[in-house]
Amino acid sequence: MNTVPHIEVRDLTMAYGDFVVQGGLDFVVNKGDIFVVMGGNGCGKTTLMRALVGLQRPATGSVVYSGEDFWSAGAEAQQRLKRRLGILFQGGALWSSLTLAENVALPLAEYTGLPPDRVDEIVAFKLALVGLAGFEDFYPSELSGGMKKRAGLARAMALDPDILVIDEPSSGLDPLTARRLDELIMELRDSLGTTIVVVTHELASILSIGNNSIYLDSESHTMIATGHPQDALKNGHPKVRHFLTRGGTT
Amino acid sequence: MRDEAAWQLDVRPARVDEPDTLLIVLGGRWCIDQSLPSADTLTTRLAAPVCRVRFDASKLVDWDSALLTYVSRISKSCMDRGIAVDSSGLPPGAQRLLAMALAVPEQKLAGRDSGPQGTFTQVGAATIEFIRGAPQMLGFLGEVTTGRARFRRRDLWLEIEEVGPRALPIVSVISFLVGLILAYLGADQLKLVGAQIFIADLVAIGMVREVGALMTGIIIAGRTGAAFAAQLGTMQVNEEIDAYKTLGISAIDFLVLPRMLALMLMVPLLTLYSGFIGMLAGLLVSMTVFDIGFFEYYTETLRALEFKQFAVGLSKGTVYGAIVAFAGCLRGMQCGRSAEAVGHAATSAVVTAILLITIAASIMTIVYYQLGI
Ligand SMILES: Nc1ncnc2c1ncn2[C@@H]1O[C@H](COP(=O)(O)OP(=O)(O)OP(=O)(O)O)[C@@H](O)[C@H]1O
Ligand SMILES: [Mg+2]
Repeated sequence: MNTVPHIEVRDLTMAYGDFVVQGGLDFVVNKGDIFVVMGGNGCGKTTLMRALVGLQRPATGSVVYSGEDFWSAGAEAQQRLKRRLGILFQGGALWSSLTLAENVALPLAEYTGLPPDRVDEIVAFKLALVGLAGFEDFYPSELSGGMKKRAGLARAMALDPDILVIDEPSSGLDPLTARRLDELIMELRDSLGTTIVVVTHELASILSIGNNSIYLDSESHTMIATGHPQDALKNGHPKVRHFLTRGGTT
Repeated sequence: MRDEAAWQLDVRPARVDEPDTLLIVLGGRWCIDQSLPSADTLTTRLAAPVCRVRFDASKLVDWDSALLTYVSRISKSCMDRGIAVDSSGLPPGAQRLLAMALAVPEQKLAGRDSGPQGTFTQVGAATIEFIRGAPQMLGFLGEVTTGRARFRRRDLWLEIEEVGPRALPIVSVISFLVGLILAYLGADQLKLVGAQIFIADLVAIGMVREVGALMTGIIIAGRTGAAFAAQLGTMQVNEEIDAYKTLGISAIDFLVLPRMLALMLMVPLLTLYSGFIGMLAGLLVSMTVFDIGFFEYYTETLRALEFKQFAVGLSKGTVYGAIVAFAGCLRGMQCGRSAEAVGHAATSAVVTAILLITIAASIMTIVYYQLGI
């Protein structure tokens, strides 16, 4: 695997008012990585994701995409960088007034000049990839929680983004669907070269798909480990090993 | 019910030769449906020379969370005073649950609001917030006026239908009653000069020029402005607006402009309709109560209504429509991430809209008067 830095995070601190959620974050996500963000509930994984994708200005530090600093770039450059990102929100965040097909089609219609029938084909294909073929005309309110998650992923993949940022893809999914999703994520990386940043608690996924990771600690409010999850499991920080074995080691 | 149904509590030094250990003997029934002693009464006993607390629960018959909260209150007070707590005398289940509750230490978070504030502080804070909000409001106005509406025709139609036809019943009722009030008001004053026929002028000009638009504006503020704020607020809660942002798609173009357009089209029409209903009410009152003939009233009304009255009414309706949409969408987009915030957004949309409508109405009335329109 090549090691071209795709996202470089430098001395990032994120805060809500005076409350520092995470500080001193320093890590690099290489092109084609499946980069896992680990940590207990409320440690700031979602907050980190929001800083990465340009939704929440960090208190200090920088997020650099292929050499370009997102937060000090101009509005136009930010817009351009955003188009290279696909995002799955923790709650799905599907547009409630649009059907599933329209949800997936909107980014395509915005950024490609494709004719409607081509768009429809792509939409049907993306929905099929996440196991939702046939649900094109359903509204988000007519779906189960796990289905919304998968539809959100289909929308995030709509434009074949360079970087896919996924917040807890498998929470609320049954074990078989969760496994299919892991396979899909690996396939996206292998065949399209997508860089994937994934927030997950699913130990099986972390260990089987991740090839790089950070662990955010909620007590010291900073990262306490980085590297391959398998290494972290074997000889990482005791807290991380504790986490990766569901408290099996101490 | 057994006899042991009452709680028993005895607090005493563990042994005579061990005055630094306090023994808390719990007996009987300690359940949530009873009135139990407060743990605070015990804290006076947690002073020197006590440096250890033990429990004896051998006479305990039945317990639930009531016992746990009691014991954990005592444990907390002990910890604050540096007194050791030995919970080995408690039932094993209670020990395990207490250990679990203490396993994750309480988070001391900086920047948390502390307690409720006094009325003056609140009023002050609200005022500062409003003034601070002004630039944001202007920024939003800028975004809206430079936006490029992009939406599907179906969405615009849905909005128009929701805003227009569905509002007809309430607009009818209110306009009819306001027309009626105007007619009575006029009749009373004009009787003095024996010119009751001018009721027709008063009602026609009043309704078409001023009151129709104002009433419609206020009805739509309560009906549609609040709905807009709640819709966009809920989208904010669901992170739908964030999803637009991350794609670099303007939520203004997609969500705000169609709503703006729908209201700017429909409110003037509703204003016209409101004026018509108001005049109808005036006619009915004049014919039945004040003995004015239908034909007389009709010609007087036609004489009174010049084109400029319609122009003024329609212009006001358009402005009020824009204001309601603006306020509703602004508050919706500013909404926080909770159910409470959505409710607040809806309320605040109505208040903002009515305030701005009243200001706009005054300005336009003065300007039109100066221009002689
Ligand atoms: N809008 C907000 N205002 C203030 N504090 C917030 C806000 N959102 C989150 N927080 C705080 O920031 C911390 C991190 O929240 P975040 O949502 O990033 O956690 P997370 O790691 O994604 O947790 P989870 O695994 O449960 O999804 C939490 O302590 C939370 O209380
Ligand atoms: Mg989260």
